[in-house]
Amino acid sequence: MINSEDTKQEFSLELLREGNKAEFARLVETYSNVIYRLGLKMLEDEQDAEDVLQETFIKAYKALPNFHGRSSLSTWLYRIATNEALMVLRKRKNKGIPVSIDEPIELEAGEMEPLQIMDWCCMPEEELMTSEAVDYLDQAVSELPESLRVVFLLRDIDGLSTRETAQVLDLSETAVKTRLSRGRLRLREMLTVYYGERMAEKKEIYDGQRT
Amino acid sequence: MNKDHNCKHLLTSLSDYVDGTLDQAICDEIERHLGDCEDCQVVVNTLEKTVYLYHKTADAQDVPQDVKQRLFKKLDLEGFLDSGG
Repeated sequence: MINSEDTKQEFSLELLREGNKAEFARLVETYSNVIYRLGLKMLEDEQDAEDVLQETFIKAYKALPNFHGRSSLSTWLYRIATNEALMVLRKRKNKGIPVSIDEPIELEAGEMEPLQIMDWCCMPEEELMTSEAVDYLDQAVSELPESLRVVFLLRDIDGLSTRETAQVLDLSETAVKTRLSRGRLRLREMLTVYYGERMAEKKEIYDGQRT
Repeated sequence: MNKDHNCKHLLTSLSDYVDGTLDQAICDEIERHLGDCEDCQVVVNTLEKTVYLYHKTADAQDVPQDVKQRLFKKLDLEGFLDSGG
């Protein structure tokens, strides 16, 4: 898990606001990894992720003179980066009407259907984390609607708190929790189907060997 | 069926339950329910495992060097590349 503790360095707001290049370079050095990774997970395209990375820091540099430290630097940077990534997603969708991420999510028809109930926790870790399974984990995240995906990425992958995530996305903390819950439950569903198939395959092989 | 109603009603709280951020009252209610409901227990276990797997497999690779170089160039910070941090 990306440890946000590692990125809690002290920066001189004064120097940053003055446009001090050395201090800004330190900021870029500190946050470029997490921002690039966030872009990659949101957009699944290296070029787009690189664009988001560049745009984030270009905008940050321009906006720093007016940054008053009401939120933390990291929250502020995440906010810029997340908005950049969401803009790319919207452009891709090519909709005329901008989609706000705090639109109420309609409950889909399938949302309250019976859950997949199968306990795959007993599977050994090396089976749960084969390279194929890890690829599937990524794929499952990419299949989440963006409003749920972004919350999941910020909370569970980037380790931001509920409060920080709410600030980044301009949502209430309740909305963050609701979306995280929905995102996690959907991922659980997808993983249950996937691991269920793996378990069934294994059983077939085992049964085949016994006869 | 009352049991179904209870399960669905608690479903939306399971994520907070797994994080340990629930009010004591709801937490107790869930734990009482879990004692009686195997299905919900499976959901809780697999939900915890799901979160665990994502934490464990979170990619910690750094920005590729060429991407970093282009970034620093774009920001007019070339002189500061690989200095500290």
